Amino acid sequence: MRAFEYIRADDVASAVALVSGDPNAHYLAGGTTQVDLMLKDGVLEPERLVDITRLPLRGIARDGDLLRVGAMATMEELAADFTVAERLPFVREALLAGASTQLRNMATIGGNVLQRTRCRYFRDKAVAACNKRAPGSGCAAVSGAARMHAILGASEHCIALHASDLCVPLVAVDAVAHIQGAEAQRSVPLTEFYIVPGDRPDVENVLRHGELLTAIDIPLLPPGTRSGYLKVRDRASYEFALTSAAVALAIDDGVIADARVALGGVGTIPWRAPEAEAVLRGAPLGAQVFLMAADAAVHDPFTVTGTAFKVELAKHTLVRTLETVAEGSA
Amino acid sequence: MSETARGVATEVDVTVRVNGSTRRLRLDSRVTLLDALRDRLELTGTKKGCDQGACGACTVLADGKRVLSCLTLAAQCDGREVMTIEGLSRDGGLHPVQEAFIRHDGLQCGFCTPGQIMSAVALLAEGRAGSDEEIREFMSGNICRCGAYPNIIAAIREAAVRDAGV
Repeated sequence: MRAFEYIRADDVASAVALVSGDPNAHYLAGGTTQVDLMLKDGVLEPERLVDITRLPLRGIARDGDLLRVGAMATMEELAADFTVAERLPFVREALLAGASTQLRNMATIGGNVLQRTRCRYFRDKAVAACNKRAPGSGCAAVSGAARMHAILGASEHCIALHASDLCVPLVAVDAVAHIQGAEAQRSVPLTEFYIVPGDRPDVENVLRHGELLTAIDIPLLPPGTRSGYLKVRDRASYEFALTSAAVALAIDDGVIADARVALGGVGTIPWRAPEAEAVLRGAPLGAQVFLMAADAAVHDPFTVTGTAFKVELAKHTLVRTLETVAEGSA
Repeated sequence: MSETARGVATEVDVTVRVNGSTRRLRLDSRVTLLDALRDRLELTGTKKGCDQGACGACTVLADGKRVLSCLTLAAQCDGREVMTIEGLSRDGGLHPVQEAFIRHDGLQCGFCTPGQIMSAVALLAEGRAGSDEEIREFMSGNICRCGAYPNIIAAIREAAVRDAGV
């Protein structure tokens, strides 16, 4: 474990300056990934750690049909928000399906969006082959034991999973990330924020070194929209997803007027499924339509022996979620 | 005095209120809250299980919220209020949740128990002890390898009823 300098930032500008000006500096938010990967696994070795947990980025405020969530709000705080319960029920379900209460009290929304993969090969420095940790070294997971790994957006270069539950409904509702850099601010939709690994699994998103995620804007679902998040896992609670699905449907007289679909537990990034949405939009509710949507969502998977089961499981997970969300709507 | 590879000092001064007393510490930045409690403040009630955020044995309350002390840097607790299992007793007697764990035999080896109890105290404050199902879900961050779960749930259920004054 490498020694590091700990600095608590007082304001956003100085935090960004402290990290931007030092290639060996990292941010520290809730710490549930960062401290783990630094102190326990030795995978991250910053020389400077800038604590951003006391920056004034914790507010959750409604602005019309938008919820602006400060990046330092915790998962428990967002799950307890009235607007989330009322207008983004699948976001609340995804939040409470993640981790444990202790971790949700620590983990921030910004940190959740930026969480690192749980791939055991990435997190074990004794494993030489990891393109995400050491670009060009290969991928031990592809040829080794794999289970909690991705099948979409994956390739022989990397099958590391983005394990967030929260981000699944967030990409489904077109949430937007607000980013503060040393020079300028910018906003990026979450659907364009993550980068499918290709042959550069070390590049996970559009952030440049030192850029700070300051807030996430979550558009509220229109009143009357039905939504749900289903998480399938090896034990009933406190476990990462094998597969999950986030669905929002606007239903008008038995016909799907609008659909939003995203999958978790299967993607190298939180996986929006526009192909499934296209199948659902304008179609009548029914088993046949749901199956077609599931086939469209899980297309061109890259599987290894340990992850092949996820193709069918992901489809069934989506079908079940669609059935549950549609239930009682007629 | 330790320093980083490029010669920057890594000590941090931390003032934290622990179980109602103000404690001042000078620590290496790498020290977790768990290690500070156990090794520097001699509060060994908080247990080190997995030391990696998976088991819940190190659960303490920080500003009233349950957190994992193994994944919290002590430096982050500067100015905060921390409560450990040692701080639960009321007027020299056991906390009602501790009493309920004894009455229902909510443990076997006892190693996870301080974490279970701190988590249960927070669970009651959160209002999440409404049913056995709810207790199981919101206590899932505390693993008991002896499998004392049925008795743990019974203890929490009883404490919840007493808490509500029923």
